[in-house]
Amino acid sequence: MKILVAVKRVIDYNVQIRVKEDNTGVVTDNVKMSTNPPDDNAIEEAVKIKEAGKATEVVAVSIGEEKAQETVRKALAVGADRGILVKTDGIIEPLAVSKLLQKIVEKEKPDLVFMGKQAIDDDCNQTGQMLSALLNWPQATFASKIEIKDGKLEVTREIDEGLETIEINVPAIVTCDLRLNEPRYASLPNIMKAKKKPIEQLNASDLGVDITPRIEQIKVEEPPKRKAGIKVSSVAELVQKLKNEAKVI
Amino acid sequence: MSVLLIAEHNNKELKPFTLNASTAASQIDSDVHAVIIGHNCDEAAKALSELPLIKKVIQVEAAHYENFVAENFAPIIVKLAENYSHIVSSANTFGKNLMPRIAAALDTSQISDIIKVIAPDTFLRPIYAGNAFATVKSKDAKKCVTIRPTSFDPCESSGGSAPIEKADPGEEFAKTKFIKREEVKSDRPELGTARVVVSGGRGMQSGDNFKLITSLADKLNAAIGASRAAVDAGYISNDHQVGQTGKVVVPDLYIAVGISGAIQHLAGMKESKVIVAINKDGEAPIFSVADYGLEADLFEAVPQFLEELNKLNTIQK
Repeated sequence: MKILVAVKRVIDYNVQIRVKEDNTGVVTDNVKMSTNPPDDNAIEEAVKIKEAGKATEVVAVSIGEEKAQETVRKALAVGADRGILVKTDGIIEPLAVSKLLQKIVEKEKPDLVFMGKQAIDDDCNQTGQMLSALLNWPQATFASKIEIKDGKLEVTREIDEGLETIEINVPAIVTCDLRLNEPRYASLPNIMKAKKKPIEQLNASDLGVDITPRIEQIKVEEPPKRKAGIKVSSVAELVQKLKNEAKVI
Repeated sequence: MSVLLIAEHNNKELKPFTLNASTAASQIDSDVHAVIIGHNCDEAAKALSELPLIKKVIQVEAAHYENFVAENFAPIIVKLAENYSHIVSSANTFGKNLMPRIAAALDTSQISDIIKVIAPDTFLRPIYAGNAFATVKSKDAKKCVTIRPTSFDPCESSGGSAPIEKADPGEEFAKTKFIKREEVKSDRPELGTARVVVSGGRGMQSGDNFKLITSLADKLNAAIGASRAAVDAGYISNDHQVGQTGKVVVPDLYIAVGISGAIQHLAGMKESKVIVAINKDGEAPIFSVADYGLEADLFEAVPQFLEELNKLNTIQK
């Protein structure tokens, strides 16, 4: 079984986001970038499946600017066998990403495609489902547990009401929740080894996909700020304030 | 121009956020039709027809729709979409799972999780865990939009009498099989719609200590929330998680106990009307959004809180 894992380069989850003064976006210059956190879970799961002898190859793919190569390289350092970088410039929407991934899937013919359930930059939560639709494959979104049984996947999904279990045939798409596993850190020897692993570079235009944005971003603003609150010195004062000032209890 | 709303239900009743999504749909255009796909869902279809904002209900029935599998739902909605300019659903796990599958089939770039309708093609949506708001305009002919339920008021639930039309079901998608759903049943208010939410974090130190949160929630008739750290640590189940990748809540009162306030958690609760933080670390970021902050050991403060509440003659329900 071959697993393709899609990884996205995003502003690190610990960075305090700042909106650009001209309201065209958020500040990305000199800001720490990392792998989208649930994409780390996707790579980890694929590598674990390979280590358990149930997959033969793990391929990491990223779509984005030249520097997204670092994100692919990090996936290689934690166990992916080789990488693919599809180079694009500017904003690329989930629909375009899923069309590019479709082309990669047609070329690579993986049995499974894993990715994070949501990217923490645009918070869209679309790409996996869109790719499943384009390929007409089953989708298991928000996965917190994956079991391989007789060539099928039993996936536990985190839903608003609790947990749901579904069984899907292969080939399939799985989008991963942060609770799926504990991503490992890359060891120094593995980081060195990853430098020798191949990364194939393509341009989005080579794949014959129209990636022109369909959504115009008119402006990006700071959200309204909450007015500063106060510290209370005791529980009695807190209850009194909630009762008589905020009038919520 | 007309809008097709995808109703969320459990075959018997509408899910409450269908009312919020109806409000959002009606702000795009007043001609709102709603599709309900399910199995033996006549009761829910009737409830949908009673929403005064809905002009027509389309009901699609088949055994394979019983468990809301997106692979079964999407083709039906794609077919119905011919007659509509917008397809709308809630941005909860139901809508998040389903809508992109529809959008891709329609070759439309979806707009997720809107918090405001500015014009029929222009919407406001949070990005970066709510640390920025983007105004976006769709250039697609057909628009697929998911709405953040807590940003729209629920519509009236009675007084309407929309006609219910039946539409033919589609084929079953045989490659995906529903096995089971484990729902946590509770008599408490639902987290997404509760007036008061009491949440616990890593500071609770164990699942057993969550009893303190439960007692406080009982006293205040509140829903129980949790930070991701508390869910990851196994103190409480995933359906309680509040935050960027969990639920977004906007209660009148949000009480954060032993929660440091990572930006991912703040994303799910910082629009609450009144926020209380109880934490022994005075530097915890949760205090930056709290209206009332109490720097104290929660294991002393929460029992005291209960005692003080007991002294009150009345507590709002």
